[in-house]
Amino acid sequence: MRALVWHGKNDVRVDTVEDPAIVNPRDVIIKVTSTAICGSDLHLYHGVIPTLRAGDILGHEFMGEVVETGAKQKKLRKGDRVVVPFVIACGECFFCRKLQYSACDNSNPVDKADMSEMLFGHQMSGIFGYSHLTGGYAGGQAEYVRVPFADVGPIAVPDDLEDDKVLFLSDILPTGWMAAENCEIEEGDTVAVWGCGPIGLFAVQSAFLMGAHKVIAIDHYPHRLELARKFGAEIINFKDVDVHAALVEMTGGIGPDAVIDAVGMESHGMAPDNILDWAEQTVMLETDRPHALRQAIHACRKGGRVSIPGVYGGFVNHFPIGAVMEKGLTIRTGQTHVQKYLPRLLDMIREGRIDTTFLISHRLPLEEAREGYRLFDEEQNETTKVVLKPGMEAANGR
Amino acid sequence: MHLGRHRGHRRDTWGANLGANLGVNWGEGSTVGTWGRQIRDHLAGGRHHRNDGHGHGNAVLVIAFCALAAGVAAFAITRGSSMRNNRRIDAGDAPRHTVRRRRLPGRHNAVHVGRTVTINRPRKYLFSFWRDFSRLPQFMENVQSITVIDDKRSRWVVKGPGEMDVTFETEITEEVPGEVIAWRSSDDADVKHSGRILFRDAPDGRGTEVEAAITYVPPGGRLGQLLAKLAGREPEIQTRRELKRFKQLMETGEIADAAPRPAARA
Repeated sequence: MRALVWHGKNDVRVDTVEDPAIVNPRDVIIKVTSTAICGSDLHLYHGVIPTLRAGDILGHEFMGEVVETGAKQKKLRKGDRVVVPFVIACGECFFCRKLQYSACDNSNPVDKADMSEMLFGHQMSGIFGYSHLTGGYAGGQAEYVRVPFADVGPIAVPDDLEDDKVLFLSDILPTGWMAAENCEIEEGDTVAVWGCGPIGLFAVQSAFLMGAHKVIAIDHYPHRLELARKFGAEIINFKDVDVHAALVEMTGGIGPDAVIDAVGMESHGMAPDNILDWAEQTVMLETDRPHALRQAIHACRKGGRVSIPGVYGGFVNHFPIGAVMEKGLTIRTGQTHVQKYLPRLLDMIREGRIDTTFLISHRLPLEEAREGYRLFDEEQNETTKVVLKPGMEAANGR
Repeated sequence: MHLGRHRGHRRDTWGANLGANLGVNWGEGSTVGTWGRQIRDHLAGGRHHRNDGHGHGNAVLVIAFCALAAGVAAFAITRGSSMRNNRRIDAGDAPRHTVRRRRLPGRHNAVHVGRTVTINRPRKYLFSFWRDFSRLPQFMENVQSITVIDDKRSRWVVKGPGEMDVTFETEITEEVPGEVIAWRSSDDADVKHSGRILFRDAPDGRGTEVEAAITYVPPGGRLGQLLAKLAGREPEIQTRRELKRFKQLMETGEIADAAPRPAARA
């Protein structure tokens, strides 16, 4: 089959690799119809997530048709059209029973689990195509994918909902939703969102659906800010405006009740602390650059909530723990418990309460995935989301 | 738990001695204290007289300070390692395998390793699965086969590098149904060890806490080294991984594997 393979820093190529097959009894094999490039794939692309190996197939946002089922697969049948959560979860362990699927104790193979146990104190769950810290599972930017524990994760979608409407159930929609849920929004609340990428934009929509009075979106790409405004957010371009001063002024001097860091470990901008982070990252004194998170904590009102859907992978310096303590902030974060949110979000898509298709700027054949990465990385203003279609080449007769 | 005084606990005192030595030396009036204060003063005041010609002085001071600190640390470590430890080890309520120095007195330098997992299954179910030793190779990757000889004894064939296998016998030394299985290897075993598996109810319906504790004698000599490799060079890693595989098999009915195809299994 053809698949997007990581060869090294900023080097991904579509290669011919061996087809996957059933390994465990609860597995299924999916023939991919649509798969997206995620902002967090860019962290892999840039080589800032450790334990990625040359030859790894990337991609954790995908959907398709079930073409093979394992001996003990009781839920899915051949021909089912499913969206697959990026988090692999067993459904049986302590964490899965608490619906904390991204904390699953059983989906990361034990030899791989040692790494995250050493790094974070406890092992991570398995994730598709996201380094060997999360199991080293082959990803979904491919023609076929092996999906373990397929009786827990994948959700069947009705035929009348096209791929573009439901694909984002795999990650970014539930991630934006959980980011807003972690804000514990109350009536009259203002939520500030750093980063108007797909997660930030879905967080904006979700915050309004959860009853936020006002949402303020922060970015420096005019087109992305414009999309946030379309959903009703007020916008701040951090290149032109002092973000902290603006947020305080726009909230009557109180500050945002909740803040969302949808930026993560590779903050943009020339803020002094971000430049210091660059230097410290270069000499390996820290791994992540949390400028947006620092600014969010600084801006959050006393007693407010800090939600972090942005990806962090290691260690940061100059963390404003004083502001967290003295202002009495609550921090909530985590990889998304995708499985928990799927039925409800699918219903909301079907009812037309959430719009997902607005996000897609590029639909490319899988063969052009390399170009898709380049666009998403280098032309972020225009490139809001790249969807790869393995079957597209044939459809276009190219 | 008091593990008594013995030579083996030397290393525990390194940290304490290092800390104590540094503590004394950091005191006011001592050499280190004076240097430290000077650096502190320079750093604090640096902003106000950045251009007063002290820049190079600061750098020299920092280098000198680092060199001195390294010297003090080296001295403390050397001194600590040559001292006898009279302190009793108090493990509190923690299991023996969490004591930093994993050696017991007079036991041929036995190493204690272990691990606890919570398995979301009933205690009796887990116990009876484990008690049928012939089923253990289902999740123990290094174990080729286990032949039950009689009620107490079984013969293990453990995978080694290349085509070589290691065979040894074990005998059950303690058994409380639903709670404990303890065993030890026969005296002529290549790799002498003893082990205990404890099963106890986890709180509030979380299932069962399963604790595996292995006491292992790393064999000496050239032949011993080879056999140690055959048995798995890192018994602690092996215990952890086998127990996690047991949990996976009990909870999910399978063992997680990222291989894209069965043939690609490691």
